Amino acid sequence: MARAPVEQPILLTGGRVIDPSRGFDQVADVLLQDHRVAAVGPGLGVPDGALVWNAAGRIVAPGLIDVHVHLREPGNEDEETVATGARAAAAGGFTAICAMPNTDPVTDNQAAVGFVVRQSVRAGFARVHPIGAISLGQRGERLAEFGEMVGAGAVAVSDDGRPVVSSHLMRTALEYARTFDIPVADHCEDPALAAGGVMHEGLVATRHGLKGIPAAAEEIMVARDCLLAELTGGHVHLCHLSSRGSVEILRRAKERGARVTAEVTPHHLTLTDHACDGFETNAKMNPPLREAADVAALRAALKEGVIDCIASDHAPHAYDEKETAFDEAPFGVVGLETAFGVAYAELVRGGDMSLPELLSRMSTVPAQTFHLPGGTLRPGAPADVVVLDVTAPWTVEATAFLSKSRNTPFGGRVLTGRAVLTVVNGGVVYELDAGR
Amino acid sequence: MTATPTLDKDLLGLEYLTAEQINLILDTAEPFKEVSERTIKKVPALRGKTIVNLFFEASTRTRISFEFAEKRLSADTVNVASTGSSVQKGETLVDTARNLEAMRIDMVVMRHSASGAAQFLGKRIRSNVINAGDGQHEHPTQGLLDLLTLRDKHGTIAGLKVCLVGDILHSRVARSNIWGLLKLGAEVAVCGPHTLMPRGIEELGVKTFRRIEDAIAWADALNVLRLQLERMERGFIPSLREYYRVFGVTAERLEHAAKPITIMHPGPMNRGVEIDSRVADGPHSVILDQVTNGVAVRMAVLYLLAGGRPELADAAKRGPAD
Repeated sequence: MARAPVEQPILLTGGRVIDPSRGFDQVADVLLQDHRVAAVGPGLGVPDGALVWNAAGRIVAPGLIDVHVHLREPGNEDEETVATGARAAAAGGFTAICAMPNTDPVTDNQAAVGFVVRQSVRAGFARVHPIGAISLGQRGERLAEFGEMVGAGAVAVSDDGRPVVSSHLMRTALEYARTFDIPVADHCEDPALAAGGVMHEGLVATRHGLKGIPAAAEEIMVARDCLLAELTGGHVHLCHLSSRGSVEILRRAKERGARVTAEVTPHHLTLTDHACDGFETNAKMNPPLREAADVAALRAALKEGVIDCIASDHAPHAYDEKETAFDEAPFGVVGLETAFGVAYAELVRGGDMSLPELLSRMSTVPAQTFHLPGGTLRPGAPADVVVLDVTAPWTVEATAFLSKSRNTPFGGRVLTGRAVLTVVNGGVVYELDAGR
Repeated sequence: MTATPTLDKDLLGLEYLTAEQINLILDTAEPFKEVSERTIKKVPALRGKTIVNLFFEASTRTRISFEFAEKRLSADTVNVASTGSSVQKGETLVDTARNLEAMRIDMVVMRHSASGAAQFLGKRIRSNVINAGDGQHEHPTQGLLDLLTLRDKHGTIAGLKVCLVGDILHSRVARSNIWGLLKLGAEVAVCGPHTLMPRGIEELGVKTFRRIEDAIAWADALNVLRLQLERMERGFIPSLREYYRVFGVTAERLEHAAKPITIMHPGPMNRGVEIDSRVADGPHSVILDQVTNGVAVRMAVLYLLAGGRPELADAAKRGPAD
């Protein structure tokens, strides 16, 4: 990998520079120097010793930011590590990702949070911001030490993978999190209603003889969390919304002024439960893929800003875990290396939104929502930048992923939109075709 | 003249068969019925073929029926019964597939608690796979023997009104019956408590009855499904007693029918729960005919998957046993 020494300035010349944070969209040069965005404008001079990278015909944007990934370290390093996940993220155009705490052991204390930070610094690819657990061991009983975890680098708290069943615990988490001004990210699922379910409850599940998870299992918790956000004034962030009903509840809560934000995954924006046809375990995830009307509602909500951002819910699993009967396969799909391509091909080329809008939902807004550095090319901002090719089609080959896992529902798909250069903190961490 | 239909490598479910393929199996079963009536119940059609009966889930009727079908066709059979071991089931399934493939067997008859298990195996081995029941998905040979029994009784399936009664949600028998009956032109209905009805069932082209009395007034035949005791334990119905009161197929209820109604049950029966003994043992019950036809249908499936030509089935049965 070509990795420019950090001291070396980088001049990206002649690209279409899109900075959603400032509504900036024109052909310009971008100079990165001393870990910062030094200048954006046409015809910038070349500083001594700068790496000049011709971005003509390409998109130059603030690096993508993913607020929801699973890196499996510690505990399941055969599936992913902080380093491999951060490297896959860089290949996907992400300069920062937020790592969920459902590791083994659970990331529920300052030492565990610090470990993730150290592993990511050592790896040196995308920035990894840990998310701490809401409850000790994610058991849903006692609050974890938010203050100490934030001190060690946590940017949010979540029991993701599991819902916060107790409304009292969720209430106290939202109230307590206000001290540190961090979002409480919730995996919305009523566990009794979803129990035993493996896919969306509907005709496809009926035909396959598979137990369904009704959309109401998510919507009940979305409604509860919105009410608790209003009650407490805390910031609730709703993870991976999947249903049109959730969108409507969220919309009303936002209209009432609740501090609630939400994310949606590329797969929920583009696939339906039909992807499970033939017992396809790479289309098994939680929440499940739902119906065309849900996809349409999620897309419209993302465009309007009712849903704030796209997050991948990157969930690596060992190949043999998915190589089994549908009931027995684990939930989850990888997504870091396909997120932008899927979103660009489907949403921008599909006519749902403009490229600046998409970049806003994949960079600027996630940064604002989780109070992260990045998401902007304003001079003085961290030099976290991506150069994207949005012209050449490419085919998703799971075996070529830099992630340790291959469990994608998009294998074989021809996509458009791909990172060709990723710069984090002023240094090149990924370059497509580097070394070829 | 249309080409004779053939079957695919595996028999996974009736959803994946055409009406022509279903009729091919039913027609091929006809000559095999007679074999079981002979003193020497054996023909050489599958001599030299190795078949493994792999039952990951308990079964008496289906396993025995398959075994008789295989033996009456002179196949060499091995039975593997795997009760839920401590080994993770997924790993077992992959490893089982690889091991079976390594032993160069010809066919696998598999029952498994996971929906899609037969598809999973079929994709990974060259041998023919026959689904003997996968989770709550399909039980195609049961569906076929039900069709054969209805055809025997009524002469044709097309236009027949058949209602499945009971736990549709968890029933692989119901799914195979629905596909088979619809493909052969029957009108299909389901009746049972809403807690045991799968979502979207009407979208398959199936009528639903809330009350058993209405189903009886409509149907030419009732296929009464077994109510598993654990459905009550898991809260789908309050009690077996109430189930019988509300949904039981009883002699009193059938008395009001304008015409005799054919009564089927895939077994094993819970007498006094889903069906009244007087109905099960009554003059319009074809429950034991179903069992007899099960062997013939399974012989037909084995024979066709082994590459047997349907027009030779009649001749095949005439050959001397070894």
